[in-house]
Amino acid sequence: MQAPSHTAEHAHGHDAHHEPGFLTKYIFSSDHKVIGIQYGVTSLIFLFFGFALMMLMRWQLANPNTAIPVFGKMLEALLGDVAKDGIMSPDLYNSFGAMHGTIMVFLAIVPLAFGAFGNFVVPLQIGAPDMAFPRINMVSYQAYFLGGVVMFISFFIPGGAAKSGWTSYSPLATVADLAHRVNGQTLWLLGMVLLITSSLLGAVNFITTIIQLRAKGMSWMRLPFFVWAQFVTGFLLLLAFPPLEAAGIMQLMDNLFQTSFFLPAGLSVSGNPLPVSGGGSPLLWQHLFWFLGHPEVYVLILPGMGIVCEIIACNTRKPIWGYKALVNSVLAIGFISFIVWAHHMYLTGMGTKISTFFQTTTMIISIPSVIILTALFLSLWGGSIRFNTPMLFALAFLPMFGIGGLTGLPLGFNATDIYLHDTYYVIAHFHYVVAPGTIFALFAGVYYWFPKATGRHMNEFWGKTHFVLSLIFMNLIFMPMFMQGLAGMQRRMADGGATYSMAYAKENNTGTQDGLSPKIIKMNKTVSHAAWALGVVQIPFIINFFWSMKRGRKVTSDNPWEATTLEWQTPTPPPHGNFTTTPEVFRGPYDYSVPGHKKDFTPQNQKV
Amino acid sequence: MSDNHSTADLKKHIRTYMLVFLALLVGTAITVGLYYVHFESVALTVSIALFVASIKSFLVAGFFMHLISEKKAIYAMLFTTAVFFVSLMFLTIWAMNDYPVIKP
Amino acid sequence: MEIPYTVEARKDTGLYNAKVGIWLFLASEVMLFGALFSSYILLRVGAASGDWPAISLAWPHGLLNIPIGTFNTAVLISSSITVVMAWASLKMHDFGKFKLYMGLTLLCALGFVSIKTYEYHEKFTHYEVRLQDGKIMTGHIQGSPMFWDLKTLADKKITALDFHPDAAKHGAKAGEAPAAKEHAKHAPIPVGEITYLSAFVPKHHTFFAIYFTLTALHALHVIGGALVMAFLWLPGAKMWKTDPERFTNRVETAGLFWHFVDLVWIFLFPVLYLL
Repeated sequence: MQAPSHTAEHAHGHDAHHEPGFLTKYIFSSDHKVIGIQYGVTSLIFLFFGFALMMLMRWQLANPNTAIPVFGKMLEALLGDVAKDGIMSPDLYNSFGAMHGTIMVFLAIVPLAFGAFGNFVVPLQIGAPDMAFPRINMVSYQAYFLGGVVMFISFFIPGGAAKSGWTSYSPLATVADLAHRVNGQTLWLLGMVLLITSSLLGAVNFITTIIQLRAKGMSWMRLPFFVWAQFVTGFLLLLAFPPLEAAGIMQLMDNLFQTSFFLPAGLSVSGNPLPVSGGGSPLLWQHLFWFLGHPEVYVLILPGMGIVCEIIACNTRKPIWGYKALVNSVLAIGFISFIVWAHHMYLTGMGTKISTFFQTTTMIISIPSVIILTALFLSLWGGSIRFNTPMLFALAFLPMFGIGGLTGLPLGFNATDIYLHDTYYVIAHFHYVVAPGTIFALFAGVYYWFPKATGRHMNEFWGKTHFVLSLIFMNLIFMPMFMQGLAGMQRRMADGGATYSMAYAKENNTGTQDGLSPKIIKMNKTVSHAAWALGVVQIPFIINFFWSMKRGRKVTSDNPWEATTLEWQTPTPPPHGNFTTTPEVFRGPYDYSVPGHKKDFTPQNQKV
Repeated sequence: MSDNHSTADLKKHIRTYMLVFLALLVGTAITVGLYYVHFESVALTVSIALFVASIKSFLVAGFFMHLISEKKAIYAMLFTTAVFFVSLMFLTIWAMNDYPVIKP
Repeated sequence: MEIPYTVEARKDTGLYNAKVGIWLFLASEVMLFGALFSSYILLRVGAASGDWPAISLAWPHGLLNIPIGTFNTAVLISSSITVVMAWASLKMHDFGKFKLYMGLTLLCALGFVSIKTYEYHEKFTHYEVRLQDGKIMTGHIQGSPMFWDLKTLADKKITALDFHPDAAKHGAKAGEAPAAKEHAKHAPIPVGEITYLSAFVPKHHTFFAIYFTLTALHALHVIGGALVMAFLWLPGAKMWKTDPERFTNRVETAGLFWHFVDLVWIFLFPVLYLL
């Protein structure tokens, strides 16, 4: 099976590498499985890096103005005065906060969910030999990697990394570091342009692959739900990212060439008028940002839902409940997610009519989300559930995503959002969706497809340990944040609420109570301890991951979970070109326990 | 376009291309000409200019890019894009123009 | 297994892979330029309300060179017809004609970019001056230097600026014509009287900011498209001998991109130059 090096892609100038060798096989490979694994490893590294930033920030929140033990000195040595005496300065806190968000969203979760799982699994599940444009696929990974490098370097340039939040609101993003013409924000924007390019190439590739390369008999309604989720995700990336790219270009112009796309007239910084023409609109940035920003939320969650659906169907040994409803819901989410974005902007002074419009669409989009969740819950009914590690993570995903989703409703209503906006409640809400939600789904996926990729199982005992402890600490981190947020604690504050406690003490003298009670502020410590513990309990996962690659229990068949979808009908690990014989599909994706069949699963490519 | 074009078919197509080309040049001339005429109403000027531009772009997309005889999948794709583009433009403009005015 | 449908069309969709790919890519391009167009509209509508200081924020008109813009539009439209003819020639198995039409397309692309460069240079040497008495003039500095501002004057220790104001028509800002006329006679302006000096660069006004951003992004697309077609014209044309059908598909795909670039310009031209 020769590398299909001459596809009809329209990119030129890239010679296909033919001679085999380490570089061709692992670094400049155009094989979708290798690229998927490259995405996976890189994004897992970024996932832990982004989490490390947060663990440092949590120290500062729990112990304001005290030196970080051990790591504080390292920070000072690496970054200089911003970590003087091992204490994180507010500037550094802002940098870490902005980069935590950016890294987690654009460099960790999306590449892991879309780049890694999508690349590895989608062509296998639809019975394709590879992606439609293998070399574009390779370039997509390289652009992502380069974007990651740019983001990483930005920590070490004068002035430090971007510090205006992952949302980079103008004019703050433009004026935050006027001392340096090329500053962290500039690198952030350049990094984003690379990441967006990567996503666009990926999206074009995924959608084309799913439309064109489905095996014979693999009609649309026979696609596994995971493929549907990736298909819609592809469209979200394809159409929502370009407006952010446009906005990024404009902000780059603002930063480098002193234009005023997002700068109003009469702006002054530290009392000095800013020497720009003015006439721009800060709200324009927010609109363009959130036009991506909200579909991006669904980019984060849909692949997770897809993974969970596959695992639940396989481990309950029965067809998924309401496949058609799932497909229609995911399509509905795709469409509606483009017209809800301004619910992030209720506080910008939008009028009541437009606020009502966005509030309505936001409530409507919760319907398909709830349908999906309900269908997945109902799928459990009457199943003979196998409680293996991937299934445990998938099961935990359901209530965790449920909590995340339902706590979003008060944020979608503009009356309640005005109080809750920018508090820890918001942080808790979206982290419930993404952290114990999507990340659990991704962990489930890692445990589930690991045998296909390596031919070995991950250790079940350590997997279950990893699961139980992660579940406990995730909730200990985010549940208290709801309470802090409801009490009124603002996010993005470097001092962990010290200001509030001062206000509280002062008010006590006058008999009124304005600040936050010490109980609320003390929760910072609980949360921080839980965060560090969560970090510690990832160690079994990391060791398990690498140990099992070499020493794990070998699979006894190509289909160790006895699943129905096509990726399990290939050799293990799948060779270049994937299938030894051209697969043909005869049935839907979830034919488990079909009455009259010999076994309790009937693969899609089995005729009888 | 389907791949089984006969040469006669193509000759016909080429005639169409030439007509479209002429129409595009004429359209450009009309737009520029109107600029020098100066209408009183700004709205009218803008509408005419954008109307002519839309017709021109329809000609390019329809004939040069063969959109008038394309496959269903492409139409679906472009329709989706159009919906999102319109919602981006329309909702943003609406949002930026709907703000509470405090009367003194 | 080989990747199917790289050349022949898939039965149920009726499309080959690259065609799906290029249309998806163009869809994302629609969103990219669409976002910039929306920004243009919002900036412009926002400017019309003209709050503080209204005069310098009002949307400028007639500062771009319309005859040259019109000519460039014609050049780009011509390149669209030549590229579609290049494809049709391949369909009729006339490789010589393909070479000719593709060459013409590249010539048009080169012409477009050259003219655009000239236009950019024209803007970089065109200035707006504001004086202490509130007068605003546009015009050129003796010797046509680029990118001067007040700091340049101070650095060069210039005491009087040798300024050639435009004829009244060009300073077509509302209410500004009489002032411009007054200064139409060329006389050096003492630097002390100047409060503001800027060429028509992006930071001068949001109009120029969006003008340069949109046209530069568009020009990048022209250059990118031209590079691909240059490849298909010279080294890539070898494929005609080995795999003519795929080569024709490649030309069609490149052509689709090229028409899109043309299509964007069809909107850019009236919006930026005429309205």
